[in-house]
Amino acid sequence: MRQDAFEARYRDQWAEFDDWLKREGGGQAVDGKTYFAASDFAYRYRQLARHLALARDRQYGAELVAQLESRVLAGHQALYGASHAASTGGVIQFIRATFPQLVRKHWRSVSLASFCLFGPMLAITVAIQYFPDFAYVLMSAEELAAVQQMYDPANRILGAGRDAGSDVAMWGFYIMNNVRIDFQCFAGGILFGVGSIFFMIFNGGHIGAISGYLTQLGYIETFWGFVAGHSSLELVGAALSGAAGLQIGYALIAPGARSRLEALKFAAIDAVQILYGAAAMTFMAAFIEAFWSASRVPPVEVKYAFGIIGWILVLSYFALVGRTRVAASPASPSVPASPSVPTILTTGAAESGVSRAA
Amino acid sequence: MLDTPRVVTTPEGIELTLNVAGPVARARAWVIDALIRVVAYIALATAAAAFGGFGTGITLLFLFSAEWAYPVLFEVFWNGATPGKRACHLRVLHDDGTPVSWRASVIRNTIRAVDFLPFMYGFGLISCLLNRDFKRLGDLAAGTVVVYVPPSLALSPALRAATSAVARHPFVETLAVPHAIRGANHATKHPVPLRLDEQRAVINFAERRVRWSDQRANELAQHASELIEGAQGGAAVDRLVRLADEFTGRRANAAKEMGRR
Repeated sequence: MRQDAFEARYRDQWAEFDDWLKREGGGQAVDGKTYFAASDFAYRYRQLARHLALARDRQYGAELVAQLESRVLAGHQALYGASHAASTGGVIQFIRATFPQLVRKHWRSVSLASFCLFGPMLAITVAIQYFPDFAYVLMSAEELAAVQQMYDPANRILGAGRDAGSDVAMWGFYIMNNVRIDFQCFAGGILFGVGSIFFMIFNGGHIGAISGYLTQLGYIETFWGFVAGHSSLELVGAALSGAAGLQIGYALIAPGARSRLEALKFAAIDAVQILYGAAAMTFMAAFIEAFWSASRVPPVEVKYAFGIIGWILVLSYFALVGRTRVAASPASPSVPASPSVPTILTTGAAESGVSRAA
Repeated sequence: MLDTPRVVTTPEGIELTLNVAGPVARARAWVIDALIRVVAYIALATAAAAFGGFGTGITLLFLFSAEWAYPVLFEVFWNGATPGKRACHLRVLHDDGTPVSWRASVIRNTIRAVDFLPFMYGFGLISCLLNRDFKRLGDLAAGTVVVYVPPSLALSPALRAATSAVARHPFVETLAVPHAIRGANHATKHPVPLRLDEQRAVINFAERRVRWSDQRANELAQHASELIEGAQGGAAVDRLVRLADEFTGRRANAAKEMGRR
């Protein structure tokens, strides 16, 4: 068949295809125009693919082939394109099962990241109790003076040089700063994990220097009362984002049976979900830090209790939630990592977590 | 030829070509995005200054969103393109040519934090130059490519009509050659038999002819010396275009009358 005859024969079909895509892409349906049913789309698309194959095989003009090609590409994207809708069901499923499951599945990287964060933090806090001058090795005198001023028991409100009514400002600051640190901890993983480890140790050491210095000064109630409330969410969130980074770093170091690139992409699937959860935790921590931790109205005992309850809740969430058989239920579309889940579930303590609603 | 096309094979067994974009085009898009964000930030910060601590909080939240959420939201909900990318006709796609998903967009835009190091996208640029698809580190981890949005290739009907030999090439009028335009059987005489790909080259010549100057078309036509049989200038172009018409079937009916097919 000559090119012109070919074009004349299928021109209408192609126009219908274009119209359908246009409407599907959010365009208005034109009055008086008939659109084929969505169920016909796959068939129409395969037909179009055949036309492209024919046009190429018969060496039709470059313009026609290019035209068909861009049409097929648009069809390909419509047919195989991801749905953008983040369903509430997917989010609930994530909180109730996927997130804690992923954290347990990757317990190795979570442990290493926790060690890198909490290890220096505790070690330096303790060290400064015996060698107070050590704080000056890690931080400058100006920084320490500023920190000291923030948590001075004479202050009516605690935290970074704030005055009354600036809670919202601090909230914005905590989100911007702390979630960014999460993202950096994750992203640093692509440098073979070195970036993540660096950020973990650096932040752990920084926090350790501050807490050690203030503890040694005797600012127990102001400092520990301040951090108690949000510490669980914020520190665990930071550790998890570092763990996510370590996962992609590990994929580059030891890719196993895959190529490094494939291993990286595969590891990123789980890692980014852990990062979602970590960032959400840091987000929540920012709320608590801005609107609760800084207040001196609640007695310090209440703040301690609040903090301890927070830690218990966070740890038991990761230890217990989601230990039910998820695989038996219809998988949520937004949880593509679930194939890897059942191995944990079968070994976990059965039914100890939140049970699934029917 | 271009060396940037990336071929994707679909489940239908069709090969699609994506034209991946290089660091310069992407940097241009980034600069546009940066300008948009800076302007929006200045406007917001100025307005928010009136609201004290509350305004500061909102401004900081905006800064955070502009840094992390802006690229993700635009890529996911606006056909894979931030305003800067759109302005530069770029688009983010998965490696397989499908529109970018939440996950991939979050990965590539989070790892931006490392691509940006040590300064001004140093790592990103090195990574771009080290692989075939100009991927920065975030693209490698997310499995995404930044491609040019194919320009609308369809010629307008008017332009399309002009690609036909029966159309009026300015110089045809001035040629008093006997076989000009509708001139009987000349165009159906093949000086030499052509293979399919050669025919295609002739068709491509005819289709693209309207985008060139006459001088350029004449010059190119001279390369097909065996087909134009010594014709010069516009006459040579005319012969090739008419040959193309025959190959595509525009003159098939005429040819049949001549008893050749």
